[in-house]
Amino acid sequence: MLKITALSKRYKTGDDALKAVSLEVPDGQVLGLIGPSGAGKSTLIRCVNRLVEPTSGSIDLNGAQLQKMGSRKLRKSRRKIGMIFQEYALVERLSVMENVLSGRLGYVGFWKSLFRKFPQSDIDEAFRLLERVGLDHMVNKRADELSGGQRQRVGIARALIQNPELLLVDEPTASLDPKTSRQIMRLICELCEERGLSAIINIHDVALAKLFVQRIVGLQAGEVVFDGAPESLDSSVLTQIYGEEDWEATSKDKASENEEADPDDVNVEPSNV
Amino acid sequence: MSEAVAQSGGRTWRKPPAIERPWLRYGLLVFTLIYLYFAVGSYDVNWARVAEGMERGWKFIKAFANPDFVSRRSDFIEGMTESIIMTVTSTVVGIMISIPVALGAASNLAPLPIYLFCRTIIAISRALHEIIVAILMVAIFGFGPLAGFITLSFATIGFLAKLLAEDIEAMDKSQAEAVKATGASWLQWINYAVQPQVMPRLIGLSMYRLDINFRESAVLGLVGAGGIGATLNTAFDRYEFDTAAAIIITIIAIVMILEYSSSIIRRWVQ
Repeated sequence: MLKITALSKRYKTGDDALKAVSLEVPDGQVLGLIGPSGAGKSTLIRCVNRLVEPTSGSIDLNGAQLQKMGSRKLRKSRRKIGMIFQEYALVERLSVMENVLSGRLGYVGFWKSLFRKFPQSDIDEAFRLLERVGLDHMVNKRADELSGGQRQRVGIARALIQNPELLLVDEPTASLDPKTSRQIMRLICELCEERGLSAIINIHDVALAKLFVQRIVGLQAGEVVFDGAPESLDSSVLTQIYGEEDWEATSKDKASENEEADPDDVNVEPSNV
Repeated sequence: MSEAVAQSGGRTWRKPPAIERPWLRYGLLVFTLIYLYFAVGSYDVNWARVAEGMERGWKFIKAFANPDFVSRRSDFIEGMTESIIMTVTSTVVGIMISIPVALGAASNLAPLPIYLFCRTIIAISRALHEIIVAILMVAIFGFGPLAGFITLSFATIGFLAKLLAEDIEAMDKSQAEAVKATGASWLQWINYAVQPQVMPRLIGLSMYRLDINFRESAVLGLVGAGGIGATLNTAFDRYEFDTAAAIIITIIAIVMILEYSSSIIRRWVQ
């Protein structure tokens, strides 16, 4: 279980990105974090694995106090936290396999990783994961030869090979087309279910979030302004999170879009899998 | 047409001048012209000497038609061998030292004290021209290729570390962040996130530096730091233009081969 208590972050510029945010994510829960740009979504998930140093507050992952750790212990804890990025963040000049295996770096020594001599069990797992995300035929392709959706699948495999207890997912679909976005979201949520993983997913697309996650937290100017089931996310809540807008009109558009999209999706699905 | 112009009011427009005050603008122009007139006039040309020199110059150029590779063969081979040894060793040693210096001189990797230290090394190396360093090294180590080797290694550090550090600073942050998030150690992080991003540039710059070091090694002989330059200098002192021509033709050929192969290698590592 991840337990965030009174987490605050003030950047050197004086911006309060997070104002005493408290949040509990039980095991196996997939949580969607929504909110306008600059609300602190990215800062929040980066504070969890301390890619951004929190100013105050505590982060407890299964009993480990992450905010107190020195660099050595922190590295050990980061192994247990998988991260999936906006724009994929694959190392472009490395092969698909090297990118996936880089998820094991926390577990192997420097010389072994330098000569790419990973344990056989890691290599087996890498092949298994690449098969699971449908990329086992692209093992030795360079990451920059892949399409957006394929890259994000490699990103997912890289996060999962860490054998994490928690997934941090930062705008996974921001640079993908609508269909690929759905496929990627579905894949992430399926994998979380298979492995009993909890996840925090930053996401801009409210409709997509409602479709896939079990719980939604709304962040606005560094504070939690909504926390509840996706169904209770109505236009008054959206106004609270994002500000005034004609939510009814968009949600009606969305509803008719969904009706059109759903059967289409069913048709497409078999040929695609 | 003219009607349209009349209707639009006929407002004129001119690009505003770079220097707004007219007296300064024209004053600077006049001053520059006067300065150049007197500056060029300060060279005094001895036409009698030029007439004599023309003949000598022509002899030198004619020597390229029948270069003499043979009569100073052993000096020639010894000088070339020395130059090539100097070039290769100084480039390799220079690269090996440049890499850690470049990591330290990249502001996104190194803490401030290390950054300042490495930037100082680079600044010193770049401030001193090879010839000046070579004179100092010859004073310390005596005549010969050792002085040249140290000089060129030192010069390579300033060149390579600076440009590599700049490439590291311009790397994609998200790739670096992603590898860091896996729990990789610092060295693993450098190997998996930083190295793949800067490798093509490192190889390209190294090839370019090999080329520069060879050309420099031909000059360093003039101040006694070994290499083919020493042989070239002796040939000129003895007015053996045909031997000098042979040396220069060889230098040009080697530089061209290096240039061509480096362009192939750079294309290959992209």
